[in-house]
Amino acid sequence: MKRVALLGMPNTGKSTLFNRLSGASARVGNWPGITVDLMSAKILLGGHIAELVDLPGLYDLHGFSDDEHVVRHFLSHHAIDLVLIILNSAQIDRQLSLALQIRALGLPAVLLLNMEDEAKRAGITIDAQAMSKQLGMPVRTISAKYGQGCPEALQLAAQTLLQQPNLVTPETIAGKLEMDNAIEQEMHQIIDRTVHFPLQLNHSLTDRLDKVLLHPWLGLPLFLLSVFMLFQFIFTVGAPLQEGMAWLFDSLRSEALEPALASLPTWLNGLLLDGLYTGFSTVAAFVPIIVLFFLVMSMVEDSGYLSRAAFLMDTLMAKMGLDGRGFVMMLMGFGCNVPALMGTRVMRSRPMRLLTMLTIPLSLCSARLQVFLFIIAILFPPSQAALVLFSLYMVSFATIFITAILFKGKFASREPFVLELPPYRFPTPQQIWMRGWQEVKHFLARATKFIVIGVVMVWLLTHLPTTAVPASPETWAGSIGRFFSPVLDPIGIDTELAIALIFGFVAKEIVVGSLAVIYGLQGDALSHQIASNIDWVQGMSFMLFTLIYTPCLSTIATLKSESKSSGFMWLSLAWSLGLAWVISFLFYQSARALGY
Amino acid sequence: MHMHLDALKPGQSAIIDRIHAEQALAQRLSALGFRSGKQLEVIRQAAFNGPLHVRIGSTDVIIRLQDAKAIHVHPLSNQTESTTA
Repeated sequence: MKRVALLGMPNTGKSTLFNRLSGASARVGNWPGITVDLMSAKILLGGHIAELVDLPGLYDLHGFSDDEHVVRHFLSHHAIDLVLIILNSAQIDRQLSLALQIRALGLPAVLLLNMEDEAKRAGITIDAQAMSKQLGMPVRTISAKYGQGCPEALQLAAQTLLQQPNLVTPETIAGKLEMDNAIEQEMHQIIDRTVHFPLQLNHSLTDRLDKVLLHPWLGLPLFLLSVFMLFQFIFTVGAPLQEGMAWLFDSLRSEALEPALASLPTWLNGLLLDGLYTGFSTVAAFVPIIVLFFLVMSMVEDSGYLSRAAFLMDTLMAKMGLDGRGFVMMLMGFGCNVPALMGTRVMRSRPMRLLTMLTIPLSLCSARLQVFLFIIAILFPPSQAALVLFSLYMVSFATIFITAILFKGKFASREPFVLELPPYRFPTPQQIWMRGWQEVKHFLARATKFIVIGVVMVWLLTHLPTTAVPASPETWAGSIGRFFSPVLDPIGIDTELAIALIFGFVAKEIVVGSLAVIYGLQGDALSHQIASNIDWVQGMSFMLFTLIYTPCLSTIATLKSESKSSGFMWLSLAWSLGLAWVISFLFYQSARALGY
Repeated sequence: MHMHLDALKPGQSAIIDRIHAEQALAQRLSALGFRSGKQLEVIRQAAFNGPLHVRIGSTDVIIRLQDAKAIHVHPLSNQTESTTA
């Protein structure tokens, strides 16, 4: 089977093209180096199956970042039949060097000039034929976003595969991967002869947006305001959908499942209905909100606004021993901590990377969001809901700041901060949809696996031994609650909530489901029960603890694998648990002291 | 006149004279298009002495003052004539 490598600079639409060619849906982000895992796909090329490998985005083959190292390693260790080079047409003057570097290696290649639309808007015209002649390499303009030119590009690739068998071995490439200064000169010559630049580049729209969004004083408040508005939007649109789902699951239970399972033994009936079904349906009701959340997140990520946030936040981040990229990773952590942790690979200095990794687990991820939405809806009136949620996001930031400031002495570093600012982009609905769907699929897969096991465990703990009244202090769950009560009483967390917290250690997706199982109720009945059991101060303390203590087992595993240090993992674990307790304690005791 | 990039004010343009940085930073800068003879323009600076927003050719880059120090430039007269090198 022929192997084709896809290569390009960050922010050139490489992942978008990969998704389009492979039909799969990889993550697309506006953040350099987001595609850290090597993805590959089988595609049909000129009637044969070929393997398409998506190499990490890189600026040049001779760089020193992890990604550049990965690409060099790949090229000098694996046989490749063709390289598809994807470059941004609007920045062709500095990106062409990559194509020349590949050509210098002797690898057969096809050059794809992406974002033709953006180049046109900027007044740049490229004579692809002339460039192809100069380069001695097929050149084709495409739009990865809209798909124009993609079938033709594939045809071109198939032809090139047939006509130019690769005679270069990985060993030769390893040898050739030495710096070649001649590349630069030739690049300038070709650019001068084939590309026409307008005298004044038309950046007008991005410029006008930047004038407002990057304003020295307005920029940051505007950024926070837009984040707040997005949450408000998710809440306003998502809440009725969630209620609808809950109603649907409720009816399904009373109309169909209860009659159908009535003949089963009581314990099995209880396990299936009060355990599995109640737990699962309570979580499943949140799917619409999670879908919305990821649709919005993917839109923001692809828009180019996140790099602006890095610009606005860098001064503040520098005071904490971090940089603007760390801030973007934290924002990505709002979706899920795991990819955000892996994203820190773009940082070359290990101390800075570790410090960033220590703060990321404190980002309020979507799994925790779901717990908060559930508790907030029960304990707070709708008029306050968005505000409470927003304050939790602020607490999330505050704990990140505290952590970074306290640990920056231990992880001191001096890493350059130079970052490309891509123009604003408007992701197509299809792009948003693919990305959102990918995330939702991931969430569901994780949630189902953990929830099924988790809720069954919770059900057993709250129903054994068989002599005890379910969920009473005599059950195993009651004993566990009593064991932890000296620690958890001072922060207002009762036995029921304690069990949920213990299971939340595995994954936050379980928390809501296990509450449903612990109380043996679902829907409105569950809400009423919780509202009568705990007041808002306890609820807030519970949410604070949930926010700060270890997010989930996957995050811990990622911390360990990315840092390659068990000590670092334990540090992160102990720190977040301790901080969670201290903050909940301070909040709970002061609120009580103030008479709430 | 000869100065460092971090001393340029928003709106000012300059020609890069040379880049004096450690290897990793020099590589990154060169890959982003910073080369001697190229023209750049400082678009804006973030609040509290934050990073610079620099345009070089058709590429926009943000860079901390400390790293901008590594770039030696010849400032152009104050009218911004934004042509590409």
